Amino acid sequence: MAHDSHDSHEYVPEIAVDRNGKEHVVQGWQGDFDGAKLGFWLFMLTEVLMFGAMFMTLTYYFTLHHADFIHASSELDRTLGGINTVVLLFSALTMGLGLLKMRSGDVKGAKLMIWATILLALVFLGVKALEWTNDYNEGIFLGLETMQAGGGKSFGEILFFGMYFTMTGLHGFHIIIGIGLMLWLLKRINSKKVSPEHHILHFNIALYWDLVHLIWVFVFPYFYMTGAGAIHG
Amino acid sequence: MSKSYFDETHCAFGHPKSTFMQWMLTIDHKRIGIMYAVVMFTFFFVAVAAALTMRFELFAPGQQFIDAHTFNQAFTLHGVVMVFLFIIPGIPAVFGNIVMPLMIGAKDVSFPRLNWFTFWLYIVGCLVALSSLFNFSIADGSLVFNFADTGWTFYAPYSLNTDTNVVTTLVAAFILGMASILTGLNFLVTIHRLRAPGMDFFKMPLFVWGIYATAWIQLLATPVVGITLVLALLEKYFGIGIFDPAKGGDPVLFQHLFWIYSHPAVYLMILPAFGIMSEIIPAFSRREIFGYRTIALSSAAIAGVGYLVWGHHLFTSGMSDIAKVMFSFLTFFVAIPTGIKFYDWIATMYKGKIVLDTPMLWALGTIITFAIGGLSGVTIAMVGSDIHLQDTYYTIAHFHYAMLGGVVFLFFAGIHYWFPLVFGKMYSEVQAKLAFYVLFIGFNFLWFPMFIAGYLGMPRRYFDYLPEFQIYHQISFWGAIIFVTGLIYMFYVLIQGMRNGKPTTPNPWNATTLEWHLPSSPPPLENHTKVPYVDFRPYEYHHGQPVVKFDENMKRID
Repeated sequence: MAHDSHDSHEYVPEIAVDRNGKEHVVQGWQGDFDGAKLGFWLFMLTEVLMFGAMFMTLTYYFTLHHADFIHASSELDRTLGGINTVVLLFSALTMGLGLLKMRSGDVKGAKLMIWATILLALVFLGVKALEWTNDYNEGIFLGLETMQAGGGKSFGEILFFGMYFTMTGLHGFHIIIGIGLMLWLLKRINSKKVSPEHHILHFNIALYWDLVHLIWVFVFPYFYMTGAGAIHG
Repeated sequence: MSKSYFDETHCAFGHPKSTFMQWMLTIDHKRIGIMYAVVMFTFFFVAVAAALTMRFELFAPGQQFIDAHTFNQAFTLHGVVMVFLFIIPGIPAVFGNIVMPLMIGAKDVSFPRLNWFTFWLYIVGCLVALSSLFNFSIADGSLVFNFADTGWTFYAPYSLNTDTNVVTTLVAAFILGMASILTGLNFLVTIHRLRAPGMDFFKMPLFVWGIYATAWIQLLATPVVGITLVLALLEKYFGIGIFDPAKGGDPVLFQHLFWIYSHPAVYLMILPAFGIMSEIIPAFSRREIFGYRTIALSSAAIAGVGYLVWGHHLFTSGMSDIAKVMFSFLTFFVAIPTGIKFYDWIATMYKGKIVLDTPMLWALGTIITFAIGGLSGVTIAMVGSDIHLQDTYYTIAHFHYAMLGGVVFLFFAGIHYWFPLVFGKMYSEVQAKLAFYVLFIGFNFLWFPMFIAGYLGMPRRYFDYLPEFQIYHQISFWGAIIFVTGLIYMFYVLIQGMRNGKPTTPNPWNATTLEWHLPSSPPPLENHTKVPYVDFRPYEYHHGQPVVKFDENMKRID
């Protein structure tokens, strides 16, 4: 029992005794590594469902407007998209290495790897911005006249680009959130709140980053590659 | 006198001195549950007021008090507030928070700070939802509101074209959805990680099972509606074309995506309510519950089957006949686990020593009202009759019997049941019983005529009607007056009980589950003095007396 109301939430290990006198450790909410891991996996599940609903919508319209989708897809820049895929896969590698270093006690190396991940994430966003600017100049962007009904594009193309900006936009938003999380993680490492013995935050952010790159691994072929073989013009 | 959780608390950050700030920053699951209850019932009365306004307007054909446009906004306000602000967070946010950790012998939920954050996310959602109520103007000497007029379902393409403030309502529904997801996540981890030693899944009280099944629905269904609302927003402001037929989009797709969440959400509302029923019935029959495993597993079954039935909302929207038949067939299936629960409850009461205290009265009343609500649901699950009854008052009566007569009645039952636990005081039994009878009678007068009116063809959401329907609307009106009187009286009784009620012992009902074995009433900040070892089933009675007893260190002494 807390003696005053303003103490910290420190965990006092507790034992429950059964009728045979055998002792059982009581799990508290404080410092529960497995609980925090489970919670974050469940959160990842909600992300999968959210993007899953969008992929489902996309698939539905792909069957309705097959040729339009392929044609629209062929207009996307596969070089920039491909570069971004490689950048993001590398960032997943650096993130994973960072976690390994943290676990093995190399805090300095872990921080270096997190910085590398942030750098790669920024490169990804830069390339994305360049790509969107090019699209904009070609009259492909949300809300432009050319993207309305009767603006020269077919239904399928409007839908394709509409979903393209929605999904890559939402993915980009996740990248930005991820950068914020990593900066926060670095702050927590510097203040010794995250350490090799207590690295659940690092673990969960690495998990998050894996999901972000995993979503891109599906986004890339779906948007960029479906029209890769189409004859342009 | 030992300190209770009203006297001291843990805060999300800082050590505020003022009582007010301690409440604002508290991470104690019991306090957060109480705050949810206060906010929720405030909004509940806002929605009741909107409904009563509509009843006044419908007293006679033609226009009386409000015009057609305001009427559309009134039913949208009623639906949005009741569904998103009140009944979806409802029982999990209040009793899931207050009681569930106590039932499993935990000190708090798994992520208390997240719980605090979730509460405030919910508040932000509420404020955004109602913000557009204040965006009104005055034209020709009367108020012109700008609230959404789409109904709580936001069907495309109307929601995309209307000039009213759909945007704030959609954003609010998204934020409230996030709060709901995080609550579910928190409870799932809590139930998996923080059960007292020895308590396996089949030793958990059935309310915890209800919360567990609910949490899975919150987690797995809400993201889909969340992204659907985002897509609708993008559609409205950027014209991405997904739901707008003018751009090749499919408005029926919106309905699919919406109901993939919103139908499981109905079970999300009812499952914790069934959990409350499963607590009250054995406690007031002084008898071990009949068919514990079947009740527990039928919660899971309802949650599972509930995912596969959303199509029954679309029988009139355009779907292939084979899909209609499948969805109809699957919908019937939901009645099976629900029926199992009902027979289990009734079998529990058989030869029990039934004590007719207020919580038990509410539970028994619900058996009647929910049976009507549930079985009328089976009648509209049939494709043929649904074509006739969809979007009529019959459907309105059905879901109010199920939601108000099921979920909210059991919510009230839970309030009366756990009231002495939360406040350490008792309301006046006589008055509370009277309030129940008033509400029960008013409820049936209010909703039952709508079955008949709907069967005869009175469409829902209509501002005007043919003169032959007037009698049903007038009976409903008087029922509504009785019902609202009962509501006000019930809350008066509860508030009186809270202020001047007689102090109670920790276990006034002779109940068996762990939340009734706390050292004092109201409970101390960190709940049980010691965590017990659980090697017993949750509802063990012998000759009408609880079997399991503890000493002050939570060691069994029976």
